[in-house]
Amino acid sequence: MAGHEITFEPDDRYNAFLTTCRKAPHGQGKLAGIAVAVKDNISTKGIETTCASKILKGYIPPYDAHVVELLRQSGAAIVGKTNMDEFGMGTTTENSAFGPTLNPYDTGRVPGGSSGGSAAAIAGGMVRMALGTDTGGSIRCPAAFCGIVGLKPTYGRVSRFGLIAYANSLEQIGPMGKTVTDVSTLMGVIAGHDRRDSTSHTKPYTHTPRAGIKGLKIGIPQEYFGAGVDPQVAAVVNKAIGRLGELGATTVPCSIPSMEYALAAYYVTCTCEASSNLARFDGVRYGPAADTKKSWHEAFRDVRRAGFGTEVRRRIMLGTYALSSGYYGKYYAKAQIARENVKKDFARIFSEVDVIAGPTMPTIAFQLGEKSDPLSMYLSDILTVPVNLAGIPAISVPCGKAAGMPVGLQIMGRPWEDERVIDVAYTYEQAVT
Amino acid sequence: MATEQEVRHIAELADVGINTEELATFTHQFNAILDYFDILDRVSGDTAVTRDRYNVMREDEIEPSLPQEEVLRNAAAQEDGFIKAPRVM
Repeated sequence: MAGHEITFEPDDRYNAFLTTCRKAPHGQGKLAGIAVAVKDNISTKGIETTCASKILKGYIPPYDAHVVELLRQSGAAIVGKTNMDEFGMGTTTENSAFGPTLNPYDTGRVPGGSSGGSAAAIAGGMVRMALGTDTGGSIRCPAAFCGIVGLKPTYGRVSRFGLIAYANSLEQIGPMGKTVTDVSTLMGVIAGHDRRDSTSHTKPYTHTPRAGIKGLKIGIPQEYFGAGVDPQVAAVVNKAIGRLGELGATTVPCSIPSMEYALAAYYVTCTCEASSNLARFDGVRYGPAADTKKSWHEAFRDVRRAGFGTEVRRRIMLGTYALSSGYYGKYYAKAQIARENVKKDFARIFSEVDVIAGPTMPTIAFQLGEKSDPLSMYLSDILTVPVNLAGIPAISVPCGKAAGMPVGLQIMGRPWEDERVIDVAYTYEQAVT
Repeated sequence: MATEQEVRHIAELADVGINTEELATFTHQFNAILDYFDILDRVSGDTAVTRDRYNVMREDEIEPSLPQEEVLRNAAAQEDGFIKAPRVM
């Protein structure tokens, strides 16, 4: 049903949005008239979609992503496109070609990334819910840093049709919101089969969050509390896990030995996939014009050097190197074995426990500019990437503060048990609020 | 260790370009990351990757597609309803 619209004129002091829709039309349904923000790497028909990159400046998608079609069908008002690290490559939202997003809790700090704009839009009170994407933690990290809830669904649960790909085998679109209930509601709208994504499964989500975790077994991996994890953050998360114990769960220590090389496996895999995926940006079909008078090699190089940011060029180069003749066996092939080992570790632990819990991020939100060295930024993803390598669901739910900044409790589940991680997060949220 | 010359070559292969001023920093950061990747040398086993996915087949049926003008709208250079690209010969 057409004819309705809401007016959206936020005071965007955090640079959360790249595009806002002042008049946002909406129909009837479960989300009728609710303002929903969409990360800028998800295609929206008629609304500029840039992936926070100069190379897509001015690109107006001629079609909607599957999740956007579903949002529109549910009556949601799409009010804007949110800022992000360019193509999803970053942990801070500082790698946006259009300036960083600021953390609403402390504007001297980053909101996390790469879905930092979506998280800041929610934490800053501009929208109730938003879509993000999570390739190596890009929903959970900003959710943790901005004190909101974010779910990375099981791989295959939400269609990636219309998501501008960065690393196909790792990424999922997922819901972000102020509360677990909002996240669950949004998940109910976007999950389900879509034949235009060949990795999409027929697993609709019709769940309503239920409190109650009596008898639940929670694995606590020692690696999530080891070196590199800020003791203050660990203390806050430990207290939250203690609370889950008081609510009837039992905790069991466990270990994920493959975490030793999980981060390297992740970065090899995602850069290799990126080097292939981002080959399409050449200024011919979209983006800034390639000079058709030049040779193709020269023309593409000029467009891509000017259009891609430093981190994007770095990842394309790393992937190109890792896939090049003579190095494939050393990097990509090894990374795939490592990935398999991560999956096996999770499968072994999940044969004994129902969920796994730990911190979402090893620290609180960084200061702006703090992570200028790429490797040190990559290292901060250590607690989120194992989930993407294994394709399992995980949620980040706020669990207190350290040094005045929000801390996220991460709950990981078996494949297709998104409902269970939602319920555990809901139980915790209801107990503390 | 990747040399500056190799990094320049990779930039060329990937069509992302690199200028002399950024080459030293890029090479330095590139090597720090590659050093970190060396931890993969410790990965044991040659387990074939298992895939719990399968090929999805469908009938080859003609379906409506986007109108030509909508597809062309984002292209910077066009000619006679086609997208114009740089010379390949």
